[in-house]
Amino acid sequence: MDYSNNALLTIGTFLPLVGVLIMMFIPGSDERAHKQIAIITSGATLAVGIYTLIQFDYGNSATLQFAVNEEWIEVIKSNYIIGLDGISLPLYVLSMAVTFLVAVYTWNNVPDAGNPKAFLMLMLVLQVGMAGSFIAQDLILFFVFFELVLLPMYFMIGVWGGEDRQYASLKFFLYTMFGSALMLVAFLALFFQTGAESFSFEHLMAAGALIDHDVQVWIFAGMFIGFAVKVPMFPFHTWLPDAHTQAPTQGSVILAAILLKLGTYGFVRIALPMLPQGAHEWAPVIGILAVIGIIYGALGCLAQTDMKRLIAFSSVAHMGFVMLGISTLTTFGINAALFGMVAHGLITGMLFFVAGSIKHRYHTLEIKRLSGLLIQMPKMGWILGFAAMASLGLPGLAGFWGEFPVILAAYSPAFGVNEALFRTLMVIAAMGTVLAAGYLLWLFQRTAMGDPNPEFVSHDEPAQSLSAAANHGADADHHDEIHDVTIVEWIAWMPFLVAIVVFGVYPQLMFKVMDPAVIQLVERVGNGIP
Amino acid sequence: MIASILAQGTDWIRPHADWHALAPEIVLVVGINLVLLIDLWLDDAKKWMMATLTGFVLLAAFIPVVTLAVIGDDVRSMFFDRYVVDEYALILKAMFLLIGYVVVLISQNELEEGGYYQGEFYLMLLVSVLGMVMMTSSRDLVSIFVALELLSIPAYMMAAWRKRDTKSNEAGVKYYLLGVFASGVLLYGMSYLYGTTGTTKLTEIGAALAEADAGPGLIAMQVVAVAFIIVGFGFKVSAVPFHTWAPDTYEGAPLPVTAFLSVASKAAGFVGLVTMLYVAMFAADGVYQPFLWILAALTMSVGNVLALRQTNIVRMLAYSSVSQGGFILMPLAVLATGDAAESALKSVVIYLLIYAFSNLGAFAVILAVSRKTRSGEISSFGGLMSYAPGMGLLMTLFLASLAGIPPFGIWIAKLQAFKTVLDAGGTAAYTLAVIAAVNTVIAAAYYMKVLREMWMKPAPDGDTTPINTPQPIWAALTICAAGTVVLGILPGLVLRFADLQDLTGALGGG
Repeated sequence: MDYSNNALLTIGTFLPLVGVLIMMFIPGSDERAHKQIAIITSGATLAVGIYTLIQFDYGNSATLQFAVNEEWIEVIKSNYIIGLDGISLPLYVLSMAVTFLVAVYTWNNVPDAGNPKAFLMLMLVLQVGMAGSFIAQDLILFFVFFELVLLPMYFMIGVWGGEDRQYASLKFFLYTMFGSALMLVAFLALFFQTGAESFSFEHLMAAGALIDHDVQVWIFAGMFIGFAVKVPMFPFHTWLPDAHTQAPTQGSVILAAILLKLGTYGFVRIALPMLPQGAHEWAPVIGILAVIGIIYGALGCLAQTDMKRLIAFSSVAHMGFVMLGISTLTTFGINAALFGMVAHGLITGMLFFVAGSIKHRYHTLEIKRLSGLLIQMPKMGWILGFAAMASLGLPGLAGFWGEFPVILAAYSPAFGVNEALFRTLMVIAAMGTVLAAGYLLWLFQRTAMGDPNPEFVSHDEPAQSLSAAANHGADADHHDEIHDVTIVEWIAWMPFLVAIVVFGVYPQLMFKVMDPAVIQLVERVGNGIP
Repeated sequence: MIASILAQGTDWIRPHADWHALAPEIVLVVGINLVLLIDLWLDDAKKWMMATLTGFVLLAAFIPVVTLAVIGDDVRSMFFDRYVVDEYALILKAMFLLIGYVVVLISQNELEEGGYYQGEFYLMLLVSVLGMVMMTSSRDLVSIFVALELLSIPAYMMAAWRKRDTKSNEAGVKYYLLGVFASGVLLYGMSYLYGTTGTTKLTEIGAALAEADAGPGLIAMQVVAVAFIIVGFGFKVSAVPFHTWAPDTYEGAPLPVTAFLSVASKAAGFVGLVTMLYVAMFAADGVYQPFLWILAALTMSVGNVLALRQTNIVRMLAYSSVSQGGFILMPLAVLATGDAAESALKSVVIYLLIYAFSNLGAFAVILAVSRKTRSGEISSFGGLMSYAPGMGLLMTLFLASLAGIPPFGIWIAKLQAFKTVLDAGGTAAYTLAVIAAVNTVIAAAYYMKVLREMWMKPAPDGDTTPINTPQPIWAALTICAAGTVVLGILPGLVLRFADLQDLTGALGGG
């Protein structure tokens, strides 16, 4: 491989740490300075990311670009190998964009616990871990970045979260830790089974396919648990609704938009190409669990009374689609899965933003108490509607391209995976989309339509009962907060909205980048299956 | 009679002594005498100078270690291969001296404010460090035993340093009685080893055992000897079931002493054990492998389960240190399987080093915080992030390292340990790896308990006055934090020192 030893990716990944260092030396009382530094740093990081987008050679998106191979921990044969190809490029840049926009959103939406200094520092560290995971081309390096996101997210949920934050954060932490421990054992087993020569992806992809069939199946099992916890797949998903519900808005957005993708990315980047036979054997299991996730998530959504929890369960369903796409082992399916990862990041991120803003204004997310958003806050209401439509897979918006092709791909899975099974799964998954339309439209109908709940109606208008007037004084502050989308929110949200439309109308923009890399990946998997 | 003694004297050969290689020990000996003498004539009001002087002695002893490492010559072997300075010895000497220095830094204010016997304390500390430094080079049963006693006896006294505190007395007595018992067991094992092989030189014992192993097999007395030696060191490294002294001693001893014991004394035990295993008893793998397997599995599991239930942070760290000891033992349980020996050695050395930084750091934070809260309960850490964010951040770093979360320190040591065990392969090794993996998660739970207290709970009594931390403690924290972070990101810096070649190859053992 050609290692240009270009510093671009290293700069893009570690730049947020510069901001962290600067913030460390500014007293926490100067909140404005911290917000400014966080926005400037994440903005600069995004600028590096956009420069990377421009420099990227789209004709060669199957090969690693900006690759670096430097000595790191020689004794354990792990090197600092990084690089970017068509599969990782969209996610890499997405992580930078999301962090920047979340930093902007934080400008006047610091979570209740205060202390923006620590909050923003953690967010920047989180960004290093996320971006690093997408560029790492060495298992140990990947593991380090993968774990780096753990503590910042734990603190984000645990300190700035809702009422049950401590329970939720610990659950998140221990689940992920458990997954990582098994994943690490699987990584080491893979390393030794390939002759203990190197942890580099390139070497492991070449040598991993030669491992005995049974051993591959076992190693895949270890990785499966590690990544499946992160995705999360049914039945490892139970940390997600808690974490999402309790996390602060910013945490939910980052969790949904990027962190969950580390799991699916791990499957595509590591588990599939390194253990083709293992993947082949496990594909039906992944497919079945994915479809259970789709239906279970959808039914879970229908039962929720809390808007944020509902969106969290919808994540389980959407990640089910992504995993179903991956389990088909077809180029079509994996392309769709990768597209679905980005689309879900944008759409669900947007939904969590809206949920956060609603919570900020109404101090509740109970669906029963919210109604008539369209009357009280028409713009917010329509953004919610737009995101819900995108989430249910309306053609013309990004969500569609993450679901529809997956269902098509399940019609004929590759490499002789049980066709009858996958066609059954296809039908069930298709029903899942109907359910998705059901819960999302129902959510929209209950919260956005109808008349506003009287408890949130401003008392300035006449025609109020006497007792309500008596309460006026006490409730005044409460109601003043109910205002439409603010300028900061517009700035933070507009890129999401535009991206959802652009990728929806012209999905080729992303498929074109990913396709060559995916074709190569599937070829590799195919070659490894006798 | 005199004639016969003189007659023996004729075949006395002057042993080779390499003064450069012995310089660290010599500096320490000179320093010990200086501290002893100056303390005699020093005014009480000026006793604070003793800390500075001790610090200088330790740093001065550090210089030859550095020059020896920089020159990087072959192994320097003295006294007929009974005292050896190789890279393995050098990196560990450096570690012990650094630990000593950090302990001086964190003891300073505690001793000054408590009005304890400062001169004597530093004297004991230096003597103990000298024992440890000697342990790294000893390649003879006698010198290993002498080094062990030299490092242990001052430690017994240091544990009981708060003379009027019953808990401190309890700590000292418990540590003393069990320590002496362990020494007895160890000595008993050593005597069998000497009796059956006729030599105290480790390489010769190793050769004799290897010969026996290849031919008729080990005789019963040799099996007993190996087992007893492991038990003896098992006490020193507080391996379960020989750990019972540790929590009480750790809790009762003054905090800086606890930090010292949990890091340096434990590490010295491991160094002795590793030297014995690799140089002398390598061929007896049929005896020590299953024995160490059980010890490792028990130590990490029992230590963890007990740590989970603690509400006192020092006791929690005591049990956690027991459990960490299990992780250090783990690779030794497979050391003679396949070519795991080299990898196991690296694993132990890097684990000891990084563990030293992280654990000392954690103790330094506890010391700083308890200066304000006057409490050892985990709940006293509530709200630390709100009134002392710097201290909180450092504690987060140390505990994350102890929990094995990358990119902080111990993750690489844990990884190396796992790697060694998986490399050795076999059902027993895989089982041990799975036990260790489960233990990693359990351990994370109790370290998280402290983090949760610091980050997410309010300060007890709403007392959020900032902590007034003296300079020396900050210096100690800086050293520990730098070590934890740098070694976590660039572990190659120290991993290169632990080459198996040095320890066994050059001595004709193994």
